[in-house]
Amino acid sequence: MQWAKDQSYAGWGRVKRARGDIARPETPKTLTADAPAIGNRRSYGDAPLNDGGKAIDMTRLDRIIAFDRNTGLITLEAGITLGELARILAPQGWLPAVMPGTGFATVGGAIAMDVHGKNHHHAGSFCEHVTSITLIQDKPRKITPKSGALWKATCGGLGQTGLIAQATLQLVKTRGDMMLVTERRATDWDHHIALLDGSDALYTVGWIDATATGDALGRGIVEEGETCKGLRPTPRTAKKIPFDAPHWALAGLIVKAFNAAYYRRVPKSGRTVVRTIQDFFFPLDKIHDWNRLYGKRGFHQFQCVVPLDQSDALRDMMTVIARSGLASPLAVLKRMGSGRAGFMSFPMEGYTLAVDFPNAIASRRLIAKLEAATLAASGRLYLAKDALSSGPAIKSMYPEHPKWAAQIAKADPDGLLQTDMTRRLDLRTTQ
Amino acid sequence: MTDTWIILGASSTIAKAFTRSVAETGANVILAGRRMDDLETSAADASARGATAATPVMFDARNPDTFQGIIDSAVAAGGVLNCAVFVGSMPAQDAIDADPALVDGTITDSFTGPARFLQMLAPLMEQQADGNIVGVGSVAGDRGRVGNYVYGAAKAGFATYLSGLRNHLGRAGVHVLTVKPGPVDTAMTQGLGDQPFMTTADAVVADIHKALRKKRNTLYTKWIWWPVMTIIKLIPEPIFKKMSI
Repeated sequence: MQWAKDQSYAGWGRVKRARGDIARPETPKTLTADAPAIGNRRSYGDAPLNDGGKAIDMTRLDRIIAFDRNTGLITLEAGITLGELARILAPQGWLPAVMPGTGFATVGGAIAMDVHGKNHHHAGSFCEHVTSITLIQDKPRKITPKSGALWKATCGGLGQTGLIAQATLQLVKTRGDMMLVTERRATDWDHHIALLDGSDALYTVGWIDATATGDALGRGIVEEGETCKGLRPTPRTAKKIPFDAPHWALAGLIVKAFNAAYYRRVPKSGRTVVRTIQDFFFPLDKIHDWNRLYGKRGFHQFQCVVPLDQSDALRDMMTVIARSGLASPLAVLKRMGSGRAGFMSFPMEGYTLAVDFPNAIASRRLIAKLEAATLAASGRLYLAKDALSSGPAIKSMYPEHPKWAAQIAKADPDGLLQTDMTRRLDLRTTQ
Repeated sequence: MTDTWIILGASSTIAKAFTRSVAETGANVILAGRRMDDLETSAADASARGATAATPVMFDARNPDTFQGIIDSAVAAGGVLNCAVFVGSMPAQDAIDADPALVDGTITDSFTGPARFLQMLAPLMEQQADGNIVGVGSVAGDRGRVGNYVYGAAKAGFATYLSGLRNHLGRAGVHVLTVKPGPVDTAMTQGLGDQPFMTTADAVVADIHKALRKKRNTLYTKWIWWPVMTIIKLIPEPIFKKMSI
């Protein structure tokens, strides 16, 4: 592999940064597991970083190796993005079974984070639809769900068991390449939770106004989507954020005004609209580099999940967030099912809340409080988002962590695949 | 009628992007290159993206015995024959200074190999009186520079060849497009550090399709290379020989 020297790169939140040599192989033959793999770096924190070391950019290994149009089994190089897959497959009647909130995530990254989507309550997590993975350790090795602990250490395993070079996915049939979306106002927290609990749609997600307080606390829009046939509208060209916004661009009053307008956009009686698959699943992807809206200092996303019976604890967290006035417009509330594929997979049956905060001292203090509340509620934080937590907290949130660490010690004994995240959280030791 | 595209040098980054773009329109693609196992994967990729048929075939610019098989595969696929040439090799100039024998390979890969192939293909194209030939040269071919003048000379030769081929086949209704990319973010340039006016393979491919629609003869991509190279070509030799750009 050819190494580009001393490159500078960052996680999606642009708070965590790294410098180091990066290879970007164009053929899988040259792959060796002597550095961690990275994709499009859509993880917010330091999961895709290896400061002072090397990293292998997998994004040029993005081919479809085999596709059976009858069974929906597809084998891919791990650098292909889920957005590209959806674009190619939907017109042919198929979709990835699970799609996260950005189409720029690669298949390898989706496996390493065992990502979830708006259909988690029905479909479970990404890796539950993966039927085999080609891992590169000292040599290539194909693993399947029958591989036991190594499989469970790979799914959601932060890429520590080997380079994820290829994977086979079981796709799901789609009725068409459009979405029929019903949007309803949730007037407050209890209403929001009730709408999410009562939803039986294939895809359900709640946008939550994280700045609304008092009686309006927890208000938002619940979106329910089903795939449908439809005339394809002309594709919208992507916009780009060309420069770092000033730090006041997402200041309190602007966000409050935006959120109020966003909430009122949907009429009181609700509405049903037709959207493209891209607009429904990857709403922010049409604004390239939207992370620059937060300016040079970057931002954090806090995402936790708490068990079903802890929704009151989550409401208390929401109260603290709303009162702080620090939240950005991007906040999501969703009911999760129990589906998860690996030892370190994020999902648990309950409610997940994700909120963005500009990187500032007050935000970091608030996030520390929210983490403590998550822990107290027997919930957990999502490693794809985390940049601030501590090893002991994460280890107590992930009870199967010792099993994972034991597999990693065997799979990568020399620690070549460590990342800034595994070092910061001291994840590779069981203590 | 379906288009059939012969893609010479199909493993290159720009070729890969080009293959995908024509596969999505349902074309037949003949993927010609040296690494057969890699081409098999690229063929599967093209099929999944909508190519009517995708066939990997052996092509080595330095071995003319491999040429006829490619043409036979393309004829067997049927459809309107087209060809896109993405081959070339660019050893560092100091490597060539140390080993002058590298000159031969560079000229063969970037000029005489593909020229001989196109010469074999030309009668068929002339006969069908339709189709496109896309030849990828380089801005490096516009003037011999101290940094890479052997590669530049090969690309200059290829550009002149394409100009003559256009003159020849244009009368029959076959369009020949010469593409002169500046630095493109590919395996060839990765690790060379920041390059001026760098572009991406996808952007080059979009430019190629636009130029084909408009029947342009020469395409600079990014476009900025046209004024830049025009100025560089105008610098008088007595001054140019003292410059290192």
